[in-house]
Amino acid sequence: MGMDFSTLRTLISRYCAGEENCVDTRTVYIGHKEPPPGAEAFIQQRFPDNRIVSSKYTFWNFIPKNMFEQFRRVANFYFLIIFLVQLIIDTPTSPVTSGLPLFFVIIVTAIKQGYEDWLRHKADKAVNQCLVQVVQHGKVILKHSRKLTVGDVVYVKEDESFPCDLILLSSSRDDGTCYVTTASLDGESSHKTYHAVQDTKAYKTEEEVNCIHATIDCEQPQPDLYKFRGNINIYMGNEPVSRSLASQNLLLRGATLKNTEYIYGVAIYTGMETKMALNYQSKSQKRSAVEKSMNAYLVVYLCILISKAVINTALKYVWQADPNRDEPWYNGKTESERQRHVLIRAFTDFLAFMVLFNYIIPVSMYVTVEMQKFLGSYFIMWDDEMFDEELGERAVVNTSDLNEELGQVEYVFTDKTGTLTENNMEFIECCVDGNVYVPHIICNGQVMPGAAGIDMIDTSPGPEAREREELFFRALCLCHTVQVKEEETVDGIKHGIHQGKSSSFYISSSPDEVALVEGMKRLGFTYLRLKDGQMEILNREDEIERFELLEVLTFDSVRRRMSVIVRSSTGELYLFCKGADSSIFPRVVSGKMEQIKARVERNAVEGLRTLCVAYRRLSPEQYEQVCHLLTRAKLEFQDQDKLVAEAYDLIERDLILLGATAVEDRLQEKAADTIESLHKAGMKVWVLTGDKMETAAATCYASKLFRRSTQILELTTKRTEEQSLHDVLFELSRTVLRHYGSMPRDASSGLSSEYVDYGLIIDGATLSAVMRPSQEDSNSGNYKEIFLEICRNCSAVLCCRMAPLQKAQIVKMIKSSKEHPITLAIGDGANDVSMILEAHVGIGIMGKEGRQAVRNSDYAIPKFKHLKKMLLVHGHYYYIRISELVQYFFYKNVFFLFPQFLYQFFCGFSQQPLYDTAYLTLYNISFTSLPILLYSLMEQHINMDILKKEPTLYRDIAKNSLLTWPIFIYWTVLGVYDAIVMFFGAYFLFDNTTFTSNGQMFGNWTFGTLVFTVLVFTVTFKLALDTHYWTWINHFVIWGSLVFFVVFSLLWGGIIWPFLNYQRMYYVFMQMLSSGPAWLSIILLITASLLPDVVKKVFWRALWPTTTERIQAKRRCLASEPSTIFMLSQTSSRISF
Amino acid sequence: MMASSYNAKEEDGHHSGSSTHGGTGAPKNKKPDNTAFKQQRLPAWQPILTAGTVLPAFFVIGLMFIPIGIGLYVTSNNIKEYEVDYTGVEPNSPCYDCANNFTWNSTTPCVCTVTFTLTQPFESNVYMYYGLSNFYQNHRRYVKSRDDSQLNGVQSSLTNPSKECEPYRTNPETKQPIAPCGAIANSLFNDTLELYYSQPDGNTSKVTLVKTGIAWYTDKHVKFRNPGNDKDNLTERFKGTAKPVNWLKPVYELDPSDSENNGFINEDFIVWMRTAALPTFRKLYRIIQKKPDSTPTLASGKYVLKITYNYPVRSFDGRKRMILSTISWMGGKNPFLGIAYITVGSICFFLGVVLLIIHHKYDTRSNSADIPN
Repeated sequence: MGMDFSTLRTLISRYCAGEENCVDTRTVYIGHKEPPPGAEAFIQQRFPDNRIVSSKYTFWNFIPKNMFEQFRRVANFYFLIIFLVQLIIDTPTSPVTSGLPLFFVIIVTAIKQGYEDWLRHKADKAVNQCLVQVVQHGKVILKHSRKLTVGDVVYVKEDESFPCDLILLSSSRDDGTCYVTTASLDGESSHKTYHAVQDTKAYKTEEEVNCIHATIDCEQPQPDLYKFRGNINIYMGNEPVSRSLASQNLLLRGATLKNTEYIYGVAIYTGMETKMALNYQSKSQKRSAVEKSMNAYLVVYLCILISKAVINTALKYVWQADPNRDEPWYNGKTESERQRHVLIRAFTDFLAFMVLFNYIIPVSMYVTVEMQKFLGSYFIMWDDEMFDEELGERAVVNTSDLNEELGQVEYVFTDKTGTLTENNMEFIECCVDGNVYVPHIICNGQVMPGAAGIDMIDTSPGPEAREREELFFRALCLCHTVQVKEEETVDGIKHGIHQGKSSSFYISSSPDEVALVEGMKRLGFTYLRLKDGQMEILNREDEIERFELLEVLTFDSVRRRMSVIVRSSTGELYLFCKGADSSIFPRVVSGKMEQIKARVERNAVEGLRTLCVAYRRLSPEQYEQVCHLLTRAKLEFQDQDKLVAEAYDLIERDLILLGATAVEDRLQEKAADTIESLHKAGMKVWVLTGDKMETAAATCYASKLFRRSTQILELTTKRTEEQSLHDVLFELSRTVLRHYGSMPRDASSGLSSEYVDYGLIIDGATLSAVMRPSQEDSNSGNYKEIFLEICRNCSAVLCCRMAPLQKAQIVKMIKSSKEHPITLAIGDGANDVSMILEAHVGIGIMGKEGRQAVRNSDYAIPKFKHLKKMLLVHGHYYYIRISELVQYFFYKNVFFLFPQFLYQFFCGFSQQPLYDTAYLTLYNISFTSLPILLYSLMEQHINMDILKKEPTLYRDIAKNSLLTWPIFIYWTVLGVYDAIVMFFGAYFLFDNTTFTSNGQMFGNWTFGTLVFTVLVFTVTFKLALDTHYWTWINHFVIWGSLVFFVVFSLLWGGIIWPFLNYQRMYYVFMQMLSSGPAWLSIILLITASLLPDVVKKVFWRALWPTTTERIQAKRRCLASEPSTIFMLSQTSSRISF
Repeated sequence: MMASSYNAKEEDGHHSGSSTHGGTGAPKNKKPDNTAFKQQRLPAWQPILTAGTVLPAFFVIGLMFIPIGIGLYVTSNNIKEYEVDYTGVEPNSPCYDCANNFTWNSTTPCVCTVTFTLTQPFESNVYMYYGLSNFYQNHRRYVKSRDDSQLNGVQSSLTNPSKECEPYRTNPETKQPIAPCGAIANSLFNDTLELYYSQPDGNTSKVTLVKTGIAWYTDKHVKFRNPGNDKDNLTERFKGTAKPVNWLKPVYELDPSDSENNGFINEDFIVWMRTAALPTFRKLYRIIQKKPDSTPTLASGKYVLKITYNYPVRSFDGRKRMILSTISWMGGKNPFLGIAYITVGSICFFLGVVLLIIHHKYDTRSNSADIPN
């Protein structure tokens, strides 16, 4: 919906209007000249200089500030506390064990952030040091950008960008306009026209500009790019002239001057107060469902940790009640220990136990998850299948935090135009008074020379009709905001303009307008350019007609129409209006409404985008009135938008209908296939569009959102006019629920043949009625619930006639409904930004409507069809991978720590660690970290081709199914079981006997090392059993980390380490390995630990296989299928590292 | 709303794909590399755990583990072990008096004798252990109460032991540093056990007990070292240090008969210093070497164990034992490993059978079942 682009601004300004009344104003003296004494006394304000600071830190505050920010994260803070406790009290493990990993993480993060900030500093410096031309005392001097102050008059040349927010004073053009592209601000590449105030546009040299004596009153800076209000008071002679200023007078920092030789402007917002700088804030961070489960698990583990510590502390004091246990003769306490108060001792003991067990919540999990997300997102960017040759674009990942969320999507909200469809508009036909015109040659938007012929479908019109026909064509040539690009740089060669020929370019933010203007060109009327307020048209007789453009009543999505007021060369005044049929017909007083309406409806059913065109002849008096209305509205400071809207409403009335146009927007390649796959994957697809119902419904049928069998439920204005909203809603819900009530819930998965699926169509007006908060009766509050209930049972919903904010509202409503489903919004235009930001996952399409959506999205893809691979393959993989990562981390830590807990029962609850410090520290950092990281990057439980072919597999992981509490408890119980097996296995082996062949005895460190060896091997083998995709990298890492453990242990125990004050591990590992029973028990314990998990897996697979498992099995059976072999050989031939 | 959410993505450039990959250039550069790794299509082995694949593994494990278990069990059963508890808790036990009259400052050692009968001869080398119960050598305060560098012969640690040794770091009266310091060393087991064989003819002969070879080779030769110069007298080398409070004699008199077994490298001391894993433990005390002829090392018959009772355990309800044991390749008597192997092997075998049934019953079904689309 190209036209909706400007809509958003209007809406947004409305939205913001409420908060803004409190904003103060500021006064700017142009060229720092004091106003004449007669003027009002202004209070001089202090303004910041033009320094841009995007960096977060300075050299001095980097360390404290960065540390503060890092320790604000709960995990870091937790580990800091543990570390401090270790430093302060006498704890079982040395502070190094938690300090080393913590400081590693902190320092790496700090270096990364410091480097990024250094880059920002550099960029800031470059920006702040760059030279700007400023007029001072009638001369242009060079100044560093950062030294600019409010009130400076700045001189900017073509292709330079503005150093701060400027009010345009004058330009090289006589009409005081200049062209600007805001591509770097909002992604719109079209040139926008900005105007100078009438009274200053004549001051064109630095001397003249220096003479301007004026002040500007304007609002304090605010971030809305499209909103500005102010006043300029010009002191010429005695009487100050006051003119209003609006956003078309304000040149924003970051925008670039185009097609204009130079301009003069006065700085009003500088430095961090420019609108660009105010927009630097980052958007709120989205958190994935997996992260939420992870935090919930963390809380559980924290509780386990605390209860473990409490239990042990309590037992310790029960056990120690006998003084001979507390302090036997062989194990005396120091004097200070003895004198400590019992409560302090108990508290210290509690802390010591906390420290002993703190590894149950590992720092490394956070690091691994971060790395997995960051590195994993590269696979999306690298994906060849998501590369679009035509656009030369590949998928972009703006945030890697949501990778796994792609595998959890339940609702897909998609825009229609540019997302489902190509947004490649083609003029199909127009209908004037019931006569249909079709341009001869349509060649993909390219006009063939001499293609001025017209196919007349109806009978040839009479002279009166001919006049109306030409008026219609002129109306379409005039009523638009298209710009003609005067020159185009192609491959560095500048092409001159060939007027009226195929090499001229039309640029507009709305592709519909371009299609219409190009269509008119093919019908014989060519729009040439806008020059000095004159619009030039080349008519069929190759004559240039000139119309003076008086007013543009810009498009907005509330009115859904736009108008222009022009004066023809003969002096007649016309108002041309074009817009959606629903917004034109009520305002039409005459014209062949019936015929046109019929044609519009016919076209809409075929999926064409239709617009109606109407006009109104204005008498000079009426025009006076119009001008009066508009200027009054525009002068108003407050409620400007409201007044303008009212004025427009008054002006656009009593129209005479001329005709209608039809523009086709083709479906994107494989859109239907994608939607079908999403449906099969159990996702509900909603199309949210600003288009009219019939057009949108046709697109929905074409894209298989609705099928022939789909029963369509309508919730539209048309129906609610007949019945009350209340009745319609209840009727619909009854229809839907009756059906569902009669069949079991799980049959609704779309597999049964007699399943009726419902499609709902709702329009914007009805939707707002449904969503309106309850006012008088309590019933209306229920509407939302009933509506949600209906929606829940519909596989596809079409929302048409939607305003951008309504799109976001719908997403929000679904998001906050009681199941809290995961939503995904996909769109290409600025009007989709609000829903992209609102949804859990926002996806931008690299479309034609600027890059706003892409910039605000979490992921961006070139085409809609890429969504299929994104969700079904990447999303699925990421979800599988990260859920295993999270569960595995908790598993391996409970497995790690539980033996230590059990050991307390055999060492008098003295917090004696079971494992050596090095093992405690390195377990999570190096012995068991890489295999899981690699698993979480490489795992493919099913081939990606099968994932794409079988979208139903996506249902297997829906609703966060791999991170549910039962599965979490299973993993934890498995960890506890393994720990018990391992601990007591070693216990019975050590129990009062020897297991060496020379009769010598082993001590407690051998005991710990035996347990730890079994632990490392079991944990790694467990992962190996879970790995379904063994590349050589997996082999390398899994076996490599085991080898590393062995080599490290040999080395660690092989040398008397001079820097250590204990040598407890000396030769422990080797001595252990020299004992046969140790080997045997290691093998036994590993087998016994892994056995239940294997059995569980095999039994579940055999008895209750999931779809995934069935397909895995099927694939196995067909392993010799030629295609598989072909594919494998193909891939293996392509390896190139 | 849009304006406030509008956000310059360049800010967090490191997440942005284009900036990290230099993809900002010409569109052609943006095409991802078509490598197997980047396309996640590396050739891979894709195993699945199904009843069919796991079955053989289960049978193999079962068939391997059960014989190993039986072997281990038989071996363990063939080991001969004899245990004498000489704590002296019961009034009729020979060491009752010694245990009850124990005082730290007694100058005359209390000696008691226990007689026992070996019904079977002990072949090959026989190992003599002492066992303690309810003795928490693995208590944290105890485990860390040592100074490994002092034991390694570092001179500075000899005169200035680690703080970890508190309160056994310095002698409270003389303020001299204790060598060896710490609770472990201080509580060195100091009962003396001697074994006599009562020959059938009424004579008793002393059984030769070898006191070396009981500690780890690496401990004896690397980890533990006497301080100072080898040429000096051991007494000289420990000059300026105090003996541990509970010791009767200083460290350099642990075994005056053998200079290679004296001081820190005394093997009884080294054995004691290796803290036990569990509160009930045994430590190797002496080795009875097998005789060159074919006579059993310990013939069956009556034996007398003569104990010099120095070590109090009654205060913490401890027990003291003397254990005689033969050793196989798998160590001392421990039926656990054999039983565990047999159990796990049997379970695997049983599961294998169950899986076989399931495999036949269900796998065909699930294979033929249509995959829903």
